[in-house]
Amino acid sequence: MITLKNRPSDKTRFYQWQDKVFKYFALCCTLIGLFVLALLLYNILSVGLHRLDWNFLNSTSSQRASNAGIKSAMVGTVYIALYTSLFALPIGISAAIYLEEYAGKNKFTNFLEVNIANLAGVPSVIYGLLGLEVFSRIMMLKNSILTGSLTLALLILPIIIVSTREALKSVPYSLREASYALGASKWQTIWHQVLPASSGGIFTGIILALSRAIGETAPLIVIGAVVFIKTVPNSIMDKFTVLPIQIFHWISQPQKAFAANAAAGIIVLLLITFLLNGIAVYLRYRWQKKIKW
Amino acid sequence: MSQKIEVKNANVYYGMEHALINVSMNIKANTVTALIGPSGCGKSTFLRLFNRMNDLIENCRVEGQILVDGQDIYNPKVNVNELRKSIGMVFQKPNPFPKSIYENVAYGLKVNGIKDKRLIEEKVEQSLKQAALWDEVKDKLKKSALALSGGQQQRLCIARALAVSPSVLLMDEPASALDPISTMKIEELIFNLKSSYTILIVTHNMQQATRTSDKTAFFYMGELVEYDDTRTLFTNPKFERTQNYITGRFG
Ligand SMILES: Nc1ncnc2c1ncn2[C@@H]1O[C@H](COP(=O)(O)OP(=O)(O)O)[C@@H](O)[C@H]1O
Ligand SMILES: [Mg+2]
Repeated sequence: MITLKNRPSDKTRFYQWQDKVFKYFALCCTLIGLFVLALLLYNILSVGLHRLDWNFLNSTSSQRASNAGIKSAMVGTVYIALYTSLFALPIGISAAIYLEEYAGKNKFTNFLEVNIANLAGVPSVIYGLLGLEVFSRIMMLKNSILTGSLTLALLILPIIIVSTREALKSVPYSLREASYALGASKWQTIWHQVLPASSGGIFTGIILALSRAIGETAPLIVIGAVVFIKTVPNSIMDKFTVLPIQIFHWISQPQKAFAANAAAGIIVLLLITFLLNGIAVYLRYRWQKKIKW
Repeated sequence: MSQKIEVKNANVYYGMEHALINVSMNIKANTVTALIGPSGCGKSTFLRLFNRMNDLIENCRVEGQILVDGQDIYNPKVNVNELRKSIGMVFQKPNPFPKSIYENVAYGLKVNGIKDKRLIEEKVEQSLKQAALWDEVKDKLKKSALALSGGQQQRLCIARALAVSPSVLLMDEPASALDPISTMKIEELIFNLKSSYTILIVTHNMQQATRTSDKTAFFYMGELVEYDDTRTLFTNPKFERTQNYITGRFG
């Protein structure tokens, strides 16, 4: 028989109190985060929104704040994103497939795994130094788009490998088993079953890695990306700048008018990042809805 | 009638564990053989011998001889993918691919290099009919297989296995995750498939074994204890351990 007392015991009351306190504490933490974000957005919008017009999007660098725009930087960012994915995706995804599906469990693969995990945590400026020495100087690619995208490709490679492996891991063994039992080879099983079933997770990882790449400043400054550029790059060997560098440059100018430029640039960069993240969320949602094991 | 399958002194080890001990067994073509015994006694291990799925398990070692149609399937010259085409398998939990119903059945043909669309379409229809699923899905072949019920999914998995024209069908507790009506349909199916296939079925359900099989093999702790006509084994077992198991005194 259960006994229902009118007054809960002291212990029960303490736990209920504890529950409530923690709930409000967590709520406060969430609100602080949202509040700071809203403040930031408000600040940027109020400073930069009036500067955001066709002229701003369609002009290159200039000494005068009112003539300066982000065309070169936007084109640079697009190029960098494109070539970075071109270099990082095939290598990263192949490496993940090898490690997850082909490599056995031994000392060597263990060593590889630990190092890839470590690489994902190396500060980005170190990748910049590596790019400066190897791509820019030794391979004599100078401060070109090629150098920039190779450097960023190295930076996001470990992220792509780790996230792709997670996606591959989430495909249940029963699916592979079913494919093998029909006489499919290992590669057929990976290509026709495992990759499609994990594509949502793989895309999510790729897009998050890419939005990290287009937000990077430090490694590109180290390899010598320019800050003042009158031309729009149109070849992979051209010098270039990207949005975060352009923004950083404007912010460090003494004139107040440049601050408005920087804020407008931030709005564009935020929009691009939100767009990419939105695609990632959408893909993940689609994937979870479509595939229930 | 000659033997479809001959197992001679088969031993299977998982690392240090001796999971199947000196098993010998002959199976005639177009019969249903039930494999029974308590969990962990080696029924799945035994079943996986015939399509060499044990190859995929690390640390697994197989000794002995297994002949199908008189050919040693563990001969190094045997192509495993070809072998698996002629020995189909259905698993305990329905595991359709997260693709359309049509693609599920066509997959085995495609990975075996068949490109002729007409031929694939015919084979898909024929296999779904054989698996008694055609009438239920013929209007939604392009729909996801995951939208089907558990019982339908399992029959789809059977159709998928039949599509590559195997001669042997291995079934590892194919109905244990299903409701009674779906189970009944699967049993009917097994009865109808017998005329064209040699079927091995693992089951925990004694009634199912008596209803579906011609021969029954009782395994205990990796050993084949008793192998006989199903009727004889269930009415007049030679060993006490068999008697205890089929009357539910353990396991
Ligand atoms: N993949 C595996 N790795 C290691 N041991 C296994 C594996 N599969 C089965 N075994 C062992 O082999 C024995 C027989 O297992 P199994 O053939 O699955 O039995 P059953 O199907 O009769 O329940 C068990 O003791 C089990 O622990
Ligand atoms: Mg089993």
